[in-house]
Amino acid sequence: MSRLMALVVKEFLSLLKDPRSRFVVIGPPIIQLIVFGYAATFDVTDVALVVYNESQDGAARELVSRFTGSPHFQLVGTVDHDEEMARYIDQGDALMALHIGPDFRRQLQQRGSADVQILVDGRQSNTALIVLGYAGAIVEGFNREWIAREGGVRAPARLQVRAWYNPNMQSRWFIVPGITGLLTLVVTMLVTALSVAREREQGTFDQLLVTPYRPWEILIGKALPGFVIGVIEASFIVAVAILWFRIPFVGSAVTLYLGIVLFVLAAIGVGLSISSLAVTQQQALLGAFLFLVPSIILSGFATPIANMARPVQYLTYLNPLRYFEVILRRVFLEGTPTQLLWPQFWPLIVIAAVTLTTATFMFRRRSAAT
Amino acid sequence: MSGSMRKRVMRMRGLIRKEFLQVLRDPSALGIAFILPAVLLLLFGYGVSLDAKSVPLAIVVEQPTAETTSFCGKFEQSRYFVPHHYRSLHEAVEAMRRGEVDGIVHLRADFGEQLRRPRPAEIQVILNGVDANTARIVSGYVQNVFVLWASEYLRTSGTQIAVPVRIEQRVWFNANVRSRNFLVPGVIAVIMTLIGALLTALLMAREWERGTMEALIVTPVSIAEILLGKMLPYFLLGMGGLLLSTFMAITVFDVPLRGSATVLIGSSALFLLAALGMGLFISSVARIQFVAAQIAIITTFLPAFILSGFIFDIRSMPRPIQWITHIIPARYYVSILQTVFLAGDVGPIVWPNVAVLALMAAFFLVATRRVTRKRLD
Repeated sequence: MSRLMALVVKEFLSLLKDPRSRFVVIGPPIIQLIVFGYAATFDVTDVALVVYNESQDGAARELVSRFTGSPHFQLVGTVDHDEEMARYIDQGDALMALHIGPDFRRQLQQRGSADVQILVDGRQSNTALIVLGYAGAIVEGFNREWIAREGGVRAPARLQVRAWYNPNMQSRWFIVPGITGLLTLVVTMLVTALSVAREREQGTFDQLLVTPYRPWEILIGKALPGFVIGVIEASFIVAVAILWFRIPFVGSAVTLYLGIVLFVLAAIGVGLSISSLAVTQQQALLGAFLFLVPSIILSGFATPIANMARPVQYLTYLNPLRYFEVILRRVFLEGTPTQLLWPQFWPLIVIAAVTLTTATFMFRRRSAAT
Repeated sequence: MSGSMRKRVMRMRGLIRKEFLQVLRDPSALGIAFILPAVLLLLFGYGVSLDAKSVPLAIVVEQPTAETTSFCGKFEQSRYFVPHHYRSLHEAVEAMRRGEVDGIVHLRADFGEQLRRPRPAEIQVILNGVDANTARIVSGYVQNVFVLWASEYLRTSGTQIAVPVRIEQRVWFNANVRSRNFLVPGVIAVIMTLIGALLTALLMAREWERGTMEALIVTPVSIAEILLGKMLPYFLLGMGGLLLSTFMAITVFDVPLRGSATVLIGSSALFLLAALGMGLFISSVARIQFVAAQIAIITTFLPAFILSGFIFDIRSMPRPIQWITHIIPARYYVSILQTVFLAGDVGPIVWPNVAVLALMAAFFLVATRRVTRKRLD
């Protein structure tokens, strides 16, 4: 037992003795959590709006004032030419243009229905969709009041939309718990992916193998620092998400920690497998990146897995972060109980078991070869 | 004078030859330049999308009538939904808790009667708001299907609906509001960042760690020449990767390229120089692969992913975060790419961004040179 302790202490020391590597394990995740937590949002505010109103009608003016008075929009200019309006959109100075034609009044009085033109910059299609949604809601509000005042055919029914678990539909509630998974993965991978490869390149791994340590003891020695750092880091990020970003946490801490522990084990398994398969540090680093980059982008962190092409969706089943993101968000916001999250837990257990076994096997095979 | 000049050129030629051979003999470098961009672009191009389609939606009909049938039919026809039918709200809520459906549309038992009353009937829509962005998109889809049904319902019951103000919407540069059109150019920026900064940081840190960099520095070759020799092969590989990515973006993903190839290639070259410079700088400062790797992933890949405008719109970020994005080279490149691909060569967007990229490239190259020299003293 004390033998194992000595090994674990050695691994911790080799990781944390260099002040630079100590800093990069602790410092950046804190800064990134804060910066990314604020930066990563799909909510659109202060939409730059340009108005081109050719109608002198009172109704047109009322419609314009509904836009300019809305908290979602910010008027950046009024124009009186098509080209000028186009220039605002082209150059990115305005995201949306509202154009009311000269015969707005006539159309409204004669046909009871008038068209207004809305131009949106589609370069960021998601933003464009949200802006169209805002514009639609404002026009709908205008129409409802207009019918109530001037008469007309009412809609036969009305939608009453409510969003559960996130009533104001703030994307930050979705993104910040997701960052927990992202940063935990980065830190654990960086800590574990080099641990074996570095020693192998320096030749100290062979020395370790000729000691009486069994492969599983070496595995524990290599895995424990990553595990401790990963779990502490995840806990810290969860605390910041709750206390600083005020993300509601309605689930149980036990379920969350079950997820954290299983995920960190799976991440360590992947890291150590890469590390023990690699011959040089360079290969280990490349391997770690080639795993990290796709697993972050295809985790459902930013863009939903349901939107991906089918073959890519199948590929994500191999990605431990995919399961952890679901666990984080559902425990945080929905308070999903452990048994409903079982479909997320068992793949993590399988990934952890397979990768940790592979890593141990690779130590032994390499040791038999030398 | 001309003799020393000739010597210089010869020296430089030898150095460049050495660096090229070193890169070409390492199959991983070629893989990084051509296979990596192709695989990543395919993976991300097909994988990264914000367009929700085939959304599993629970439709609760407590009392089937002709009206509920026509209502459900509209959802069946929509390509955005995969309806699941339930007879009670309770069952639908259970399905949502299990994660089987993303939303519930609830028609109460008296829906048919309510329709004939003067007050509008109420249709309850419950969305799973965890993924707020998807919830908002789904809410818009439900609204569209509902409007379609409502105007048809009024028409069949003999009333002509006249909406006072109708929106005639046009989305410029991306008429079908396809998220892939703006995400694929962003993916190119992420891939170029990976090739430029990440890999150079790693490869160069290895040279420092092994001492081969010091071995080069003691030769009569100047530091600027060494850096140039190191950069050139990666620069060419990176540009090769860019051409491949652009070709795939246009042919595989149908992203229009409305701007000119000159602007695209010119700005990419500048960005690649900035990224290479950043990678060289990181490796010269860190000199240990472990630290270089961490700094590189923290300062290049993650910001290029989150702070560049690739997925998350910079205009939506709080002001202080918007300032921070100004130190990320990828931000300028993503902005150029999205404009050049979708809108064309819009001077007022392209030139300021190009100028900043040129400044950044110059800054990192000069800084690398200075750091390298200082370490030698």
